Amino acid sequence: MSNIFTSSIGKKLMMALLGIFLVLFLLVHLGVNLLILMDSRQAFNVAAHFMAHNIVIKVFEIFLFGGFILHIFYGLILQVKNWLSRPIGYNKTNNSQTSFFSKFMIHTAVIIFIFLTIHMIDFYFKSKFTNAVEIVNYNGKEYHDLAALVLQKFKMPAFVIGYILSFVFMSFHLLHGFQSAFQTLGINHKVYTPIIKKIGIICTLIITVGFTIIPLYVYFFK
Amino acid sequence: MATLNSKIPDGPLAEKWTNYKAIQKLVNPANKRKLDIIVVGTGLAGASAAASLGELGFNVKAFCYQDSPRRAHSIAAQGGINAAKNYQNDGDSVYRLFYDTIKGGDYRSREANVYRLAEVSNNIIDQCVAQGVPFAREYGGLLDNRSFGGAQVSRTFYARGQTGQQLLLGAYGALSRQIHKGTVKIFTRNEMLDVVLVDGKARGIITRNLISGEIERHAAHAVVIASGGYGNAFFLSTNAMGSNGSAAWQIYKKGSFFANPAFVQIHPTCIPVHGSFQSKLTLMSESLRNDGRIWVPKKQEDAEAIRAGKLKPTDIPEEARDYYLERRYPAFGNLVPRDVASRAAKERCDAGFGVGTGLAVYLDFTDAIQRLGKEVVEARYGNLFQMYEKIVDENPYETPMMIYPAIHYTMGGTWVDYELMTSVPGLYSIGESNFSDHGANRLGASALMQGLADGYFVLPYTIQNYLADEIRTPKISTDLPEFTEAVKNVQDRLYRLMNIKGKQSVDSFHKKFGLLLWDLVGMSRNKEGLQKALKNFKLLKEEFWKDIRIPGEPEEMNPELEKASRVADFIEIGELMARDALNREESCGGHFREEFQTEEGEALRNDKDFMYVAAWEYKGPDKDPVLHKELLKYENIEVKQRNYK
Amino acid sequence: MDLTLKIWRQENARAKGKFVTYQVTDISPDSSFLEMLDVLNQQIIDKLEKPVCFDHDCREGICGACGLYINGRPHGPDSAVTTCQLHMRKFKDGDTIVIEPWRAKPFPIIKDLVADRIAFDKIIHAGGYISVNTGGVPDANAIPIPRNLAEISMDAAACIGCGACVAACKNASAMLFVAAKVSQFAVLPQGKVEASERVKAMVAKMDELGFGSCTNTGACEAECPKEISLSHIARLNREFYTAKIC
Repeated sequence: MSNIFTSSIGKKLMMALLGIFLVLFLLVHLGVNLLILMDSRQAFNVAAHFMAHNIVIKVFEIFLFGGFILHIFYGLILQVKNWLSRPIGYNKTNNSQTSFFSKFMIHTAVIIFIFLTIHMIDFYFKSKFTNAVEIVNYNGKEYHDLAALVLQKFKMPAFVIGYILSFVFMSFHLLHGFQSAFQTLGINHKVYTPIIKKIGIICTLIITVGFTIIPLYVYFFK
Repeated sequence: MATLNSKIPDGPLAEKWTNYKAIQKLVNPANKRKLDIIVVGTGLAGASAAASLGELGFNVKAFCYQDSPRRAHSIAAQGGINAAKNYQNDGDSVYRLFYDTIKGGDYRSREANVYRLAEVSNNIIDQCVAQGVPFAREYGGLLDNRSFGGAQVSRTFYARGQTGQQLLLGAYGALSRQIHKGTVKIFTRNEMLDVVLVDGKARGIITRNLISGEIERHAAHAVVIASGGYGNAFFLSTNAMGSNGSAAWQIYKKGSFFANPAFVQIHPTCIPVHGSFQSKLTLMSESLRNDGRIWVPKKQEDAEAIRAGKLKPTDIPEEARDYYLERRYPAFGNLVPRDVASRAAKERCDAGFGVGTGLAVYLDFTDAIQRLGKEVVEARYGNLFQMYEKIVDENPYETPMMIYPAIHYTMGGTWVDYELMTSVPGLYSIGESNFSDHGANRLGASALMQGLADGYFVLPYTIQNYLADEIRTPKISTDLPEFTEAVKNVQDRLYRLMNIKGKQSVDSFHKKFGLLLWDLVGMSRNKEGLQKALKNFKLLKEEFWKDIRIPGEPEEMNPELEKASRVADFIEIGELMARDALNREESCGGHFREEFQTEEGEALRNDKDFMYVAAWEYKGPDKDPVLHKELLKYENIEVKQRNYK
Repeated sequence: MDLTLKIWRQENARAKGKFVTYQVTDISPDSSFLEMLDVLNQQIIDKLEKPVCFDHDCREGICGACGLYINGRPHGPDSAVTTCQLHMRKFKDGDTIVIEPWRAKPFPIIKDLVADRIAFDKIIHAGGYISVNTGGVPDANAIPIPRNLAEISMDAAACIGCGACVAACKNASAMLFVAAKVSQFAVLPQGKVEASERVKAMVAKMDELGFGSCTNTGACEAECPKEISLSHIARLNREFYTAKIC
């Protein structure tokens, strides 16, 4: 057990478990975000407040950050080792039949990482560490008016385009990543694997479409 | 001078091996560690021997010319492996397997050896299953068997069409385990070029490192040759491109007798030759003959029209087809033994009824598909049909396959006694490279059996009987003058080859020689042709040493040099084959002399004058070899004429 | 058929290699890829130059010696074949064919198109077997094995160790090769006894030798001449976790 993560398969196991965990987080995050489509900003702000202050969620947040960092960390280690495994490449690029997006996991990962950084600066750090976010008052309690911030950002065309593109790349990452995680976990079955692949596609669609319609709706209809 | 003492133990046939084991000398564990053994070749025989000897505690050095021991050509055996398990309750027994093997070999093999082979056959299956060889199984989880090569019982164990591969990987696994433990040292891409004798005993080998071209010396207390057969002498055969007879030939020149070189097996169901660029022939499992029917057109004009592409086989009506095996051999039909089926195909083609290029006959599954349904045929032969389609680009479900016989296996080889020792003390020969068990014709699924029997269960015992007397012999030094001289000889020969700088490439020369060998010393032979062969091969040998062209240097990876060295030996082997075939004035098994046949064209044996093993002794480069006869005695079996009518 | 060949030539392990272009004419579409190379080599020998070195032996798709990276695909543009089983009818007259050796850190080039695959042997040495000595084993029918398990085992055992999986993988991973051997034994009762030690030793050796990790791209499965399935990699993963955690 002790040295499982020093092996290549152990690192892959870590990637898989963390990947599934992050997908689950994305689904929760999407649930909260969809509240912004409501007429009042209150539901979103209250939910955001809950997510930021509930003690359970706060503990969970540590795991979440850890998860992101480890997923990136192990991903990089594996990628570097994989590059080193073929110091002299081929003249003719490989055209074997493969899971297409599997070839671009590191590339999509980099884009997602850039998005994540901007995203954290824009929302998380602003709300947590600066006073840049305005305060609103519901039922005598103070809340950060994050909804206003979101609505303001989503009125900027460049931001909307960047945001949507990021999720398109996210979908590429998930299309391979989701089913790949189960294969890495050792789950490969004549009947269940095709179902897992379908669930992966559905999850990816929910996440991508869900996160994409929010800025579009805000931009055009709010 | 060495004499032929087969060292067959006393006692009744069934007790000889038990008796031998009871009284043979053994080496104690502390002494085993001090003894070195060299094994050349890592096929079924070599890998199993090296592994077993390593397990016993000897220091083993194993050599192969391939990049990995797992690639030895045993891997290509498709059909299966025989054993007298009688799991099918169909009346099989050790005696019956022994009897079938002797009879199938046309009464030209040694009773005691064959009986021992049948005896240990059961242990082989147990051993392989324990190693994790995935043999085919019944739904109840027990091992499945099939009938093979016309045997009356189902005694063939198989792993799809890849039995040889699975058995070899089993032996390779055992070998790998010993390599990991350090008892076996493996030398890959390393080819043996000479054996070194010290005081008349085999004490080492000289090899060429095929990557660097370096000549290396290796010493040991005993040397085991497991380098396979010499079928590649014909250029076109089902052997691997690298398969060669050089190790066996080098030891012949150092005093090991070469037995029955004329006995080569021709396999009836190979994919026909289709062009001069062809580099090898592909065999399809003989099991195809269980359901396929072999035919050629009855009318010569139909055959001509097919060859010209004007008619398709499916255009020939039933009544215009000649199912010649069913016609000639109503009792066995398409399931006659390999040699009979092969000669019958040649007879039809020579008479002008061949299809394709003229050297092919049809193997038709139309009836089988009608009788059993396409699914059943596909389940039985699907992978073979697929292989055929990949190579020939024709669909065997729709149009009959074309087949033609090809050189497949050599029954002849180094003469060995009951202990598998050659006529040189301390020098052993196992597997296809010896002559011992198959007589004049080998039965299907018996090659794998023999290779593993020799390697797992015979040699590890018998070699101790010799080594027990060697425990006081200290490590052999490679600085002995005998080694130095052998290295010089090997180097001289390689430089001589490199310096010819002639015009012909090795392959083009080999093709020319192979074709001549096939025509004159192939499926059917006659006195005139064999005399012509002897004369021609001498000339070809001179031509070879004057006109061969080898680019590159000897001190680098140089496949042309490797091939040249092997072809030089093949020419000499061909010469001995012709000589042996000329001497054997009878037809038996794979050896068919046109002068000796019945009125119906069947092989005619001459037991009175030729019931012996012809063991040839090398006398020098310009001298004729000397024939020694080991008379064969059949005490437990009635000698009969084979009859498949 | 007339063809243009771009072939990797490299004198020896230390030398710097380069692509050399050759023309071959009048190639029969019925000849195999290696027979086409034989024709080329004959031409080269006629010019007193050194022929192209490539590994090959059985030429019937079972020994696993041959392996060329042809136009971006291990074993070329046909499925479920080795290079020796690839036929020229899969190409068109006038085609340019780029021929490269397997590329991976654990497979150094020896000469021209010959790569050293001894790393595969080393992985097997580490534990790719069932540890039984010759003799003293139970009767072959003593342990019944369900037919479907014997079939799965045989599917995996069909591996010929050619290295196409490594050559095809963008990470030069040997997982399919290791999985095939682990899987063959993992489903058999005989193999279960030392399953845990076996998988740990083989994976450790694989990592040590410098093969990449599996990112489940499926290129290995697509190029495997014996069509060995990714499901064996999943089984290898399971075996590995069980061995490490339990």
